[in-house]
Amino acid sequence: MAIPRQPMPEQDPVARGRTFAEVNLGYEVETAVLEATRCLACRRPPCVAGCPVGVRIDEFVPLIATRDFAAAARIVAEDNALAAICGRVCPQEAQCEGVCVLERKHRSVAIGNLERFIADWDRERGGSELSPPTPTGHRVAVVGAGPAGLTCAADLARMGHEVTIFEALHEPGGVLAYGIPPYRLPRDVVDAEVGRIRELGVSLETDAVIGMAGSIDDLLHAEGFDAVFVGSGAGAPRFLDIPGEDLVGVSTANEFLTRVNLMKAYRPGATTPVYDLQGARVAVFGGGNTAMDAVRTALRLGASDAMIMYRRTIEDMPARREEIHHAEDEGVQLMTLLAPIEFIGDDEGRLTAVRLVVMAQGEPDSSGRRRPEPIPGSEFIEEIQAAIVAIGNDPNPILRRTTADLDHTSRGTIVVDPESGATTKPGVFAGGDIVTGGATVILAMGAGRRAAREIDECLRADA
Amino acid sequence: MARVLDTSETGPGITRLRIDAPRVAKHWRAGQFVIIRPTARSERIPLTIAAADPHAGWIEVIVQAVGRTTMAIAATPAGGDLCDVVGPLGVPSDLETYGHVVVVGGGVGTAVAYPTAVALAAAGNRVTVIVGGRSRDLVILEAEMRAAGLEVIVTTDDGSAGLHGLVTDALATIIETDRPDRVIAAGPIPMMQAVAAATRTKGIPTMASLNPIMVDGTGMCGGCRVRVDGEVRFACIDGPEFDAHKVDFDVLTLRNRAYREFEQSQRAMAETP
Repeated sequence: MAIPRQPMPEQDPVARGRTFAEVNLGYEVETAVLEATRCLACRRPPCVAGCPVGVRIDEFVPLIATRDFAAAARIVAEDNALAAICGRVCPQEAQCEGVCVLERKHRSVAIGNLERFIADWDRERGGSELSPPTPTGHRVAVVGAGPAGLTCAADLARMGHEVTIFEALHEPGGVLAYGIPPYRLPRDVVDAEVGRIRELGVSLETDAVIGMAGSIDDLLHAEGFDAVFVGSGAGAPRFLDIPGEDLVGVSTANEFLTRVNLMKAYRPGATTPVYDLQGARVAVFGGGNTAMDAVRTALRLGASDAMIMYRRTIEDMPARREEIHHAEDEGVQLMTLLAPIEFIGDDEGRLTAVRLVVMAQGEPDSSGRRRPEPIPGSEFIEEIQAAIVAIGNDPNPILRRTTADLDHTSRGTIVVDPESGATTKPGVFAGGDIVTGGATVILAMGAGRRAAREIDECLRADA
Repeated sequence: MARVLDTSETGPGITRLRIDAPRVAKHWRAGQFVIIRPTARSERIPLTIAAADPHAGWIEVIVQAVGRTTMAIAATPAGGDLCDVVGPLGVPSDLETYGHVVVVGGGVGTAVAYPTAVALAAAGNRVTVIVGGRSRDLVILEAEMRAAGLEVIVTTDDGSAGLHGLVTDALATIIETDRPDRVIAAGPIPMMQAVAAATRTKGIPTMASLNPIMVDGTGMCGGCRVRVDGEVRFACIDGPEFDAHKVDFDVLTLRNRAYREFEQSQRAMAETP
């Protein structure tokens, strides 16, 4: 193959590590066209099967190569209501790009970069016109405006159903609004994509905590919805459960990122406070994407040392490779095979240090990774002024507590039929992290899409 | 957006707002709170729902203007809008029939104690309310509670109204003369801590309505975490009421100081004309 995979232009790592502006700059038109010409347009395209929402990659990429951007944008928009977001945050290497036939000998087509290019191109021109559906007269409630709920709502609206999304926070987007930082996903991109879903006729009620302000039963009976989709995510943070975790200076990644991203604490004049990290030594515990988001955000808030402390090795980190490399390029220190055993504070109850123990790799555990085991006598103390705990989330218990006849697993996730997303409660479907536990944006979208299809079939069958 | 229907001053720097919030009013029970974000630039802060009318669709909150955000809420006029009002949040107060219940409210914490006191009386309890303030004009809701048929004891630090002394002095007297079956406290942390100390040795079940810093109020951040019986609990979804004898008030005190400097600078900014 003569043409190499076109790299994504990026901001200079040193400069960008101090601002919240987007790191990846996006393809120029000529770069996108060149990259698109690398696609072999396979007859049985594995990339389409590798995409959880089945975007017709084999059709839209060749259209970019022939410069028919409008047609390419329409094809993407038909299958993906959040393409500009997916092009930015999907782990393509594990999905569409991972199965691209070019990946074996050369590098795969940069499908994510092309999806982002075409979605940005389309958004900047006001978005594709999609044909309006015939109203069915059915009403569906969607609980949660994260990736699963937004996708489900968009699909149902295109099928002609009247959809209302109930969102607990004051802004839609779920993890796209409070979790993923603006340097990875600019807020105007999220606003534009949510805006397009509302243009499809979807109503959005923010500040509505279903389970507290009315139950799922209220939606089905008192409020007259014909079906409910639950996409409330996995937003309840886990703790390390070690001494000193109550100290001022220790927060969960959810709290830290919510303050910074949703409440805009990074902006001058913000009224929501965040710990002052200027010149601070900050430790983030965890090795997933949330940990990378937190540590890179800490760097942007002025941390002198932004450190990942992870109990396994870099190879074992669940974070995307791209995220780990970005973090390292910006100056994040990756400290591996370490586990915190105690947070230490001063008389005022403020964090001053963490006691750590060095880990050795033991036998493989159920995840296939070698289990880390503490090395006796290897404890040491590291001075830090802030600690951010990013070791995962569990489903929020509010719905579980207020909806008795919705079956849950012992982990607090909702039990569903994996094909249809149907729960044990008639008329109620669920998908995304509330079913799988913490996973990815695109898997949640795939679940929202499958549930929409099933809800549509049920409603049409009943009619 | 939530429309403010009416506002009134119930004390110096203490404002009562009636807010149009049909969904909240319909599902509210005593002990629950709302998160309010007065403007699009504001932070989110928790306030207890003091009263609600599910038919008319309004709720009432009582806010003491102590910082930038509470000042912004208090300054919203009737006919004005609050950007966001989310609720009802938190676990409602337990409303069994206990017998004699003493509800202790300190300062603006009386606004937290008030709806629970009224609901406990409606549940068939004999309710004595002890309302404390630094001085006469900082004692709030006395008339409303008397009108609701509750027995009210007022205490002031300076003796300008009611008994001269602290709420715990009045509580100590009641414990000796008319032993309560249950005590509920809402107010400043030292007050709740003192109430817990007074009832612990007597074995009187006591609940405290905790007031940690909150962000979302729905259990997703853990900013409001408190230590109860050695366990981490989230005040927003597991509380805000907890067994006062098991609460680690020292942790609550420390954590509530986390942003003190920031809050002081915000207050100074809000006060600068």
